[in-house]
Amino acid sequence: MIDVTGLSVVFGQGAAAVHALRGIAFRVAEGESYGLVGESGSGKSTVLRVLSGLLMNWSGEVVIAGRPQVPRRSRAFHKLVQMVFQDPYGSLHPRHTVDRTLAEPVAIHRLGDVDRRIAVALTDVGLDLSFRFRYPHQLSGGQRQRVAIARALILEPRILLLDEPTSALDVSVQAEILNLLMRLRRERNLTFLLVSHNLAVVAHMCDRLSVMREGVIVEELTAATLRAQEPTHPYSRQLFRASTGYDRAAVDRLEAVA
Amino acid sequence: MIDNATPLLTVDDLHVRFATRQGLIHAVRGVGFTVGREKLGIVGESGSGKSMTGRAILRLVPPPGSVTARRIDFSGTDLLGASERDMRQIRGKRISMVMQDPKFSLNPVMTIGRQIAEAYRANSGAPKAQARRRALEMLAAVRIRDPERVYGAYPHELSGGMGQRAMIAMMLIRDPDLLIADEPTSALDVTVQMQVLAIIDDLVAQRGMGLIFISHDLNLVASFCDRVLIMYAGRIVETCRAADLHNAQHPYTRGLLESLPRIDRPATELAVLRRDASWSLDTAEPRP
Repeated sequence: MIDVTGLSVVFGQGAAAVHALRGIAFRVAEGESYGLVGESGSGKSTVLRVLSGLLMNWSGEVVIAGRPQVPRRSRAFHKLVQMVFQDPYGSLHPRHTVDRTLAEPVAIHRLGDVDRRIAVALTDVGLDLSFRFRYPHQLSGGQRQRVAIARALILEPRILLLDEPTSALDVSVQAEILNLLMRLRRERNLTFLLVSHNLAVVAHMCDRLSVMREGVIVEELTAATLRAQEPTHPYSRQLFRASTGYDRAAVDRLEAVA
Repeated sequence: MIDNATPLLTVDDLHVRFATRQGLIHAVRGVGFTVGREKLGIVGESGSGKSMTGRAILRLVPPPGSVTARRIDFSGTDLLGASERDMRQIRGKRISMVMQDPKFSLNPVMTIGRQIAEAYRANSGAPKAQARRRALEMLAAVRIRDPERVYGAYPHELSGGMGQRAMIAMMLIRDPDLLIADEPTSALDVTVQMQVLAIIDDLVAQRGMGLIFISHDLNLVASFCDRVLIMYAGRIVETCRAADLHNAQHPYTRGLLESLPRIDRPATELAVLRRDASWSLDTAEPRP
């Protein structure tokens, strides 16, 4: 479904050039859930920006649903691929009601039947219809993220790009949103590409995952091997240990690696 | 001499209320605890009142907030009755606070070094050269590799981890007795987070400092702190030793723990916390 080879992104020129991605490659099968884990600056969000068409200056090969992609995407592409962003406090227009937020993609793609589509989209994400004419400030963080998911799903895409979808939320709300995403994936056979710094979230959501650092994929793992044993690459092992909690002795070893 | 028997800070029946147009918001409702020379964690979700508790101790609750308590005692000083003048002597010098995001708590138009040196000179009146030397020592103590460079750098020239270390250096240069850290590492990458925690950990152990560590991350608090308070809707619902957090009794604490995804335990569905109205009404005393 997603096939990426030799993807590179460089920001700036000459001595000030920053190599955000240095020739990465991965494949995601249809209906699969794939994770990218890494710390800030590892390039994981840049991958999503390239795939979604938000970033134009990249080189390499990106094939989505059998079609090689060029930097500029068609309208049909955006019906196929949708994205959910990290911060539901920033990704919803503060002066648009939920109704207007959800009606916009329907209008752009001239799908028609707005009323029914909005009602279905809201119900699918577990919001009742009383939310339809509310503004984002009248919603909690979890409800906003549900609206953001509804906005992505209203176009009935086949691929969902998820950029840290729960890192701005409390853990109890995170559990609700992750359950919702898992259910929607099962029901619609969606393909997920999930980006997160939280190894536990990625291991829970994804079948396979890649660990990124400084624009390179350092290791590809399956969630099953991650459960069975520690990763082999020293950097992924570091992330793995850090995710289990604070350990004074581990910090000293960590400094030896870095 | 480190005295472990008498608590550094005693808080009894603390209330924080905000009078708003929508009515009275009771953010903290009768919280009481003591802090000795130890690492005390306060855990809760957003809106649980954990940050307000930290701010109320330093009398930093902004208007229209009002703080009342039966007692807030900091090694013999009554923090509720102290004058603003006295509070200025206490803030920074004896009780320091580290906030969540270095981007908003550092002065953007002043070099890091000047800010740290200023904090040192504020009441000590030390000469500039000495303040500079101390600031450089402090930057080295929080494991900044090139203190000279960071001393002359502006906040925007540093990464988040570096900025947070600089913040900690600034808070610790006055050698406080108590450090209140409000989500000090949640804006940082996990590996940097671990390094920053190790610095705080060592300082608590070496200087016999008290620490109030406010966080939403249960696993982190369980592995880092000595004792944990769990807050819900402005109250402490449970108090336990950090090592025993995973055997917590209160349904809220249990619910939070179970809603976390875990690497070693795959699940198709995560447990969802079911809130019970009685948790916020419950006036039962938390078990010590």
